[in-house]
Amino acid sequence: MVNEIMQTTRPGASTSSTIKSVVNNLTFRYGDFQALKDINMVVHEKQVTALIGPSGCGKSTFLRCFNRMHDLYPDNHYGGEIILHPDNENILSPNVDPIEVRMRISMVFQKPNPFPKSIFENVAYGLRIRGIKRRSILEEKVENALRNAALWEEVKDRLNDLAFNLSGGQQQRLCIARALATDPEILLFDEPTSALDPIATASIEELITDLKNKVTILIVTHNMQQAARVSDYTAYMYMGELIEFDVTDTIFIKPKNKQTEDYITGRFG
Amino acid sequence: MNHVKNLKEIRAVISRHKRWDSLFLVAGVMALMIAILTFIALFSHMLIDGMPRLSWDFFTSFPSRRPEAAGILSAWVGTTLVMLVTAVAAVPLGVAAGVYLEEYAPTNLLTEIIEINVTNLAGVPSIIYGLLALGLFVYQLGLGQSILAAGLTLALLILPIVIVATREAIRSIPVAIREGAYALGATKWQTVADHILPYSAAGILTGVIIGLARAIGETAPIITIGALTFIAFLPPAPVQAEFPFLSFEWLMAPFTVMPIQMFNWVSRPEEAFQANAAAAGLVLVVMTLLMNGLAIYLRYHLRKKIKW
Repeated sequence: MVNEIMQTTRPGASTSSTIKSVVNNLTFRYGDFQALKDINMVVHEKQVTALIGPSGCGKSTFLRCFNRMHDLYPDNHYGGEIILHPDNENILSPNVDPIEVRMRISMVFQKPNPFPKSIFENVAYGLRIRGIKRRSILEEKVENALRNAALWEEVKDRLNDLAFNLSGGQQQRLCIARALATDPEILLFDEPTSALDPIATASIEELITDLKNKVTILIVTHNMQQAARVSDYTAYMYMGELIEFDVTDTIFIKPKNKQTEDYITGRFG
Repeated sequence: MNHVKNLKEIRAVISRHKRWDSLFLVAGVMALMIAILTFIALFSHMLIDGMPRLSWDFFTSFPSRRPEAAGILSAWVGTTLVMLVTAVAAVPLGVAAGVYLEEYAPTNLLTEIIEINVTNLAGVPSIIYGLLALGLFVYQLGLGQSILAAGLTLALLILPIVIVATREAIRSIPVAIREGAYALGATKWQTVADHILPYSAAGILTGVIIGLARAIGETAPIITIGALTFIAFLPPAPVQAEFPFLSFEWLMAPFTVMPIQMFNWVSRPEEAFQANAAAAGLVLVVMTLLMNGLAIYLRYHLRKKIKW
């Protein structure tokens, strides 16, 4: 299955890269609702992979499998595997603690969700729960994360201010800094700009493009232009199935599947 | 022409509908007035009767057979100590139960039954708690007719209020905040201790104070467990001059509380004792209002940081 997908992806458009994660026959069900059906895909290391599709197609559900977010709620059933490289661990295995998975894979949410704490404490929280107490280490890592999230210059003089006093776009960059501070292997974005104005959206998109040198990125978006702008690979999903997965340029210029083409050209969805 | 006619019709419809607005306005203001005026009437009646009796001596004197010498020293000290025990017992129990139900309890039939019953407990008549406490605390556990027994009884009484307030405060925290903490790899306990409890503190505190404000006026359960109606000594002081300086003997001391003192005076035939009762009632109402005021202040102050 994996090989099949490997053949259909032509890494020529982007740079050829190593595989960070392989999704094998993933299914997900909550209650009686089969939300994901037999998904096979690869995630390339230090590349941006976009998940697109109409509302309710399961793209967010798929994303939230990567950090076992569904485990927070009752009646969830995973099937298949999500293998993380290089250690070849199936993060969906019942033997793997979801907390361990969440420490390796960070997430940025749809609406900015800073904690009602200071800017500094927001970014430091992930470090604190990893047991880092030394002020000097915390300060260094918080500064690094804020720099990587392109927020340092704006907030360096008011790190003790409440995070709620920042603008929406700044709050979202703060949440990105919070997710980056712990040096994750994969960064998940769940429609990160849907609550933001166009200018803030542009800055977040620029940031995502910059971040790809440092971290593997998976992004869910309902905005096709956004997927085209920021991603190297795109997966089109519909009704819980992965319809087509390929290099972004191929998906947008000459998709192989009629359904994908209809969606991309706006005939549907 | 047609448009003009149409406009007239629209205006007629609007003015007809607006009549209901004004009608409800009048009805609403009247309903509010009935509630507020009743309280003001009661309070001013008490104020006129009791005000002349309020003096420093009234607070520092024990009850007496002579109305002009009688005071509420043992009553307000008793009330304060009982409230202290109530708060110390009810807060940790109520908050822990609320956190468990919201964050830890699995969703199943048993949890649902417990949830419904917690809400129902808030409606159980207070005398029932008194009977329970008489059997359990006073006799079974041998606490006697003590401050400890009274405090625990009232703690049971306000436990549902604290639990419900805790749960509501926790539920008002957006899902996104909770998920944000978990997504960083926090355990349940870390999420509760670092986020859930601090962000819901204002709501919890408000619930606790509203609970205590209810408990402070409770008479029936305290009488049931056998509080004294005439007591001319104070419980042993909690701070001692000699080692180990702290004493918990007061927990086991006999006591009386404000509402019982009032009840005792009201049932006396002499007119002068009625003034004493009014004065004590005034003190009790002011204590309750102060507690509610504190709740409002704390809610406002603690919520300043939080916007949702």
